Amino acid sequence: MQKLTNREYKQDEYHLHLIETKKFKTNLVALKFAKPLDRESITKRALLPFVLQKGTKTYPTEKELRLKLDALYGSKFSINSGKKGENHVITFVLDFPNDKFIPNAHNLVKDCLTFLYDVAANPNVENRAFDENVVDKEKETLTNKIKSIVDEKMQYANMRLIDEMCKDEKYSVHAHGYLEDMDQIDAQSLYETYEQMINEDALDIFFVGDFEQDQVKQVIEDVFTFNRQPKTEIFRSEPKQVNEVEDVTEKQKVQQAKLHMGYRTGITYSDQDYPALQLFNGIFGGFPHSKLFLNVREKHSLAYYAASRIESNKGLMLVFSGIAPDKYDQAREIIIQQHEDMKAGNITDEEIDQTKKAIIHQIKENIDRAGGMVEFFYQQVIADHRVDTQDMLEEIESITKEDVVRVANRVELDTVYFLTAEDGGEASE
Amino acid sequence: MNKIEIPRVNETMYHEKLDNGLDVFLYPKKEVEKTFTIFATKYGSIDQTFTPLGKTDKVTVPDGIAHFLEHKMFEKEDGDVFQYFSERGASANAFTSFTQTAYLFSSTNSEEDNVETLLNFVQDPYFTEQTVEKEKGIIEQEIKMYDDQADWRLFFGTIGSLYENHPVRIDIAGTVDSIYKITHEDLYTCYETFYHPSNMSIFVVGNFDLDSMANLIRENQQQKSFEKPNGIDRFYGDEKDTVYKSVEKIKMPVSTPKCMVAVKEKQDQLDKDHILKNELVRDMILDLYFSKSGSYYEELYQQGLVIDKLRIELYLEESFGFTAIGGSTTKPEQFGERVKEMFMSIKTGNIDQDDFERARNKKYGELIREFNELEGTANTFIHFHHLGIDYRDVFDVLERITLDEVSQIVDEWIDEDRMTMFMILPEDE
Repeated sequence: MQKLTNREYKQDEYHLHLIETKKFKTNLVALKFAKPLDRESITKRALLPFVLQKGTKTYPTEKELRLKLDALYGSKFSINSGKKGENHVITFVLDFPNDKFIPNAHNLVKDCLTFLYDVAANPNVENRAFDENVVDKEKETLTNKIKSIVDEKMQYANMRLIDEMCKDEKYSVHAHGYLEDMDQIDAQSLYETYEQMINEDALDIFFVGDFEQDQVKQVIEDVFTFNRQPKTEIFRSEPKQVNEVEDVTEKQKVQQAKLHMGYRTGITYSDQDYPALQLFNGIFGGFPHSKLFLNVREKHSLAYYAASRIESNKGLMLVFSGIAPDKYDQAREIIIQQHEDMKAGNITDEEIDQTKKAIIHQIKENIDRAGGMVEFFYQQVIADHRVDTQDMLEEIESITKEDVVRVANRVELDTVYFLTAEDGGEASE
Repeated sequence: MNKIEIPRVNETMYHEKLDNGLDVFLYPKKEVEKTFTIFATKYGSIDQTFTPLGKTDKVTVPDGIAHFLEHKMFEKEDGDVFQYFSERGASANAFTSFTQTAYLFSSTNSEEDNVETLLNFVQDPYFTEQTVEKEKGIIEQEIKMYDDQADWRLFFGTIGSLYENHPVRIDIAGTVDSIYKITHEDLYTCYETFYHPSNMSIFVVGNFDLDSMANLIRENQQQKSFEKPNGIDRFYGDEKDTVYKSVEKIKMPVSTPKCMVAVKEKQDQLDKDHILKNELVRDMILDLYFSKSGSYYEELYQQGLVIDKLRIELYLEESFGFTAIGGSTTKPEQFGERVKEMFMSIKTGNIDQDDFERARNKKYGELIREFNELEGTANTFIHFHHLGIDYRDVFDVLERITLDEVSQIVDEWIDEDRMTMFMILPEDE
């Protein structure tokens, strides 16, 4: 494996991460603004990416902004926001061709960074307010997006599971915001939220590509002249105890029911047991060779998909399956039984060996993508825990069956959420 | 092996046609971690009526059989093939499209063993009455999952309005009724006809040794014997150039309506001398008007006719083709009518030379970016190879095309009689 280095420069205004690689024909730069999740400001923060993409001082309309990107040889740009553990992260990302593959291009790095800085730092603002028409229009767009979540059944079921499971925790705050907040948002209050983000959030800047370190670092420092004073600390979650398992059933017009189950692992990215948790999850439901897939789908033909995934910053494990409405009892029992088997040590050497290889493959495959590299290192920022790729692979290799069984016994079922058809498919309690 | 150089991106790949007819593409890239391989047959959901290998009369098999066959390739007498990949930490998968069935894996070690496993399992069918019956429940759940997805229904609803007889109008997975009619004898008939090496290609890209991989594939194929191929007769029914229905709507339990407008291709625009140029032109024109820098997108968004972004689809194959613009909209009827007008004004209007050059530069940057993605590169080369096209030519075609040619191509492409609109409306209204 080739060594992947993230050169990290901790400066007062932002932390800069330079990742040099010859894998790509383009360079990628990402700005990540983070703040702990907070119910009061979340809808405004969710709205910001929409409004900021609609223009800057230099490119006052979305069309002008997008025309500039076209002129930068089809550079790809987006702003998005989401949850990272119990933080809300707003990400600006720009992917642009490396000059060496574009005949007659000069200074593409500088032009692209200048564009990105412009979008982040010079929005289209007058008198400490965004353009009112733009804000109204984007409120409408976000409103429609929130309303259509219910049409995406898998996403909807995930959201509802977390609503129920993490009721009293920051983690249940919806990263996409709330309909009931819309009326109170105006061009001024949104600008205040923007100011907080640009001045106070924790900011990490990543640059990935084939470049000359010193030169690129200099360009970045010349262009990114924010003059900011970060005050925000990234939030790191504490584990929570399970009292008793809660069951929630909801009915809608669906053909396929969704059985989603939430577990607490009590283990986050910086925990010593984290590699063992990855292995536990891999054996349980992370892969097509996992117990869930083999038993729920292959052995009993109950589902098209049945899988689990860990939330590594919050300490959760979530199970997803799409089943026929009348198979609830059977599917639930099989899923719970797989966990019980693992707690009792019913794990073969072959399962351990396969899963180790699969996780190592996943880690390596992830860093074959520029976005994957950024996420790999940003995860470490969020967790405040630095691990080298090589060390990470060695940690995975060293896990024993006892480690996995110990972790299996730490993992506890918290909430079972069932979205089912209106006619039939009763969940018997 | 023949060397294939792509100087624009400084890359080299290799090609060889083996004695049994199999096309082998090898593209070594030492700087990445993984190896990705795709083994594909030119056989998809549309190939339902054909003359089986060694027979003289044509047969018609049940809807969804190519996809069903894909599922069943993974099961052998001694169990599931996934396990061989899993044992080496590799991830294997497969997909069926209208015109192709493909088996693939990605791995970060033992790539030669994995290629051997891939070749062997796809070239060794094992279908029994019992294994075929068992799969029906799983595929039924897959079909029902798609039935709940409004975007999927929008897409297939649109195609069903464009085409009256061509089998592209049938859902790739078939229907719950049709899959229950599939027998293991049907699967063998399809397999023997379409999985002949002369109808297949393999593409290996990533971190592997060129000579030893080439030898492995050659030797593997020399050990196997295949019947002599006699070409495959495929029948797609009589289809006129005009659309089947110019407007159609369905109701679904969604909160936001959706609409899609599509243009059906004239059959004479789909031969292999035109298809690459036609695809580039359609792609650039749709981008010029309907991407976020496009004037029509701006109008639709500002007038509240579309929520967020447009969905753009472009399919050009030997026996069918269409382009489509869709979106979520609170005013589906108005959206559809306006997009149809927009298509017509693209046909009758003039394209500005500067706009065209901008679109060309943007496309150039996007072609460069495509080479970041090993999977995408492999898929694209195989797709065009199956159409009889060398995808390397894309750079030349893009650089040489003139505005006059573009105007002619646009005039042939768009026509009132070949347009349809399809809507999904909420049930309560």
